[in-house]
Amino acid sequence: MATITTEIPVTLNKDEILRYSRHLIMPEVGMEGQQKLKAARVLCIGAGGLGSPLALYLGAAGVGTLGLVDFDVVDYTNLQRQIIHSTADVGRKKLDSAADKLTAINPFLNIQKFDTRLSSENALELFRDFDIIADGTDNFPTRYLVNDACVLTGKPNVYGSIFRFEGQASVFATKNGPCYRCLYPEPPPPGLVPSCAEGGVLGILPGLVGVMQATEVIKLILGVGDPLIGRLLLIDALGMKFRELKLRKNPDCPVCGTHPTVTKLIDYDQFCGIRGEEQKVEAGAGEMQVEELKRRLDAKEDLYILDVREPHEFQICNIGGNLIPLNDLPKRVNELDSSREIVVHCKMGGRSAKAVEFLRQSGFKKVHNLAGGINAWAERVDPKVPKY
Amino acid sequence: MSKIHIPTPLRQYVGKQSTVDVKAATVGEAITTLVAQHPDLQRHLYTEDGKLRAFVNLYLNDEDIRYLQKEATAVKEGDNISIVPSIAGGAA
Repeated sequence: MATITTEIPVTLNKDEILRYSRHLIMPEVGMEGQQKLKAARVLCIGAGGLGSPLALYLGAAGVGTLGLVDFDVVDYTNLQRQIIHSTADVGRKKLDSAADKLTAINPFLNIQKFDTRLSSENALELFRDFDIIADGTDNFPTRYLVNDACVLTGKPNVYGSIFRFEGQASVFATKNGPCYRCLYPEPPPPGLVPSCAEGGVLGILPGLVGVMQATEVIKLILGVGDPLIGRLLLIDALGMKFRELKLRKNPDCPVCGTHPTVTKLIDYDQFCGIRGEEQKVEAGAGEMQVEELKRRLDAKEDLYILDVREPHEFQICNIGGNLIPLNDLPKRVNELDSSREIVVHCKMGGRSAKAVEFLRQSGFKKVHNLAGGINAWAERVDPKVPKY
Repeated sequence: MSKIHIPTPLRQYVGKQSTVDVKAATVGEAITTLVAQHPDLQRHLYTEDGKLRAFVNLYLNDEDIRYLQKEATAVKEGDNISIVPSIAGGAA
């Protein structure tokens, strides 16, 4: 079992003893356990959906040193699930907002703020001063980066991940346990797996999963119970079903196997194919800006607006486009008139780019992708249209 | 019959079902049957040259088939097959 060695003897003062009373009276924690918690140093990557409950509970539980890595600013769409931030924090740095809440809950915490994007250049140095890393990031390159840096520095990676109604949790990169790459040697190609910003996420789901991560962190620190080492917990919030799968340490794992080929941090954007994807989108000719669409519509030009979002998104707001969801496009393409000029839009421009590519391959010549989607329209043309 | 558990991101390609029952002798056959019934799944599970994608893991009950007989792993009546793709969401 992974336990964290206490190097500096710590003591609890009277106020702390009262505060942690419900821990202290349990033999599984007790004074010794609470001192271990106080001596522990946990680094939370991301102060967002997973990071919110994770940091709040770790802080409340008395984890002495809490590091937070985030470079983002609180926005309105975060508030549905990122409960460490409040409405008044919109526009503030997530780090500052989170640190305020944590200090308010527990003034005995040593909070270390790292206002940076975790990268191959800074990860090893950042991780060195912590005992456990809790991964609450939102993208594949950072997931692989966190994993590899944990393996290379020998720090357990308390992992949680969410999508829509589904979550995964595990503990990776302990001494004899599997790592994230043993589970998934390669990331999905960009575009095939939608992000939460595109696919949505049930607000309570990061709460569930983040609290599971916090539980695992506390267990690792205390050295009690059975951590999720070598087990992948699958959470289905809709069915409220929890399933557990066995994970094995892969002897051929490129980073934690017996003959590793990854011995230092690499370029994770490149590994996940991100750069190529960005170039492809940039190079996508035939993009139309929202201002141009507005001007041409005002001039009563004949434009067919194709909205490739889902029906429930159309209900949130629309600009009078004709709705054919991206997935239905192949079977409904005959509804479109290729002699007309078509402007395709979605929420932010990603799905419509795919639709435009598909239409071009199907022989449509006059198709444009509305850059930035309906959100750009709402921002720059018609403020009455809600952004979401 | 054995039950294939469909993860949330892929449910849109199988008529929103969370599980699909199939009759098959091996895990590979079960997935082939599933894809034959729901062709939209093809590109999400297989690469263009027909290999199972590296970020899609298949489990028979709670075991990763990579550590059994891979797609040739035999399936018994009542077994559960899970498709477990990687998901990355968390913060933003």
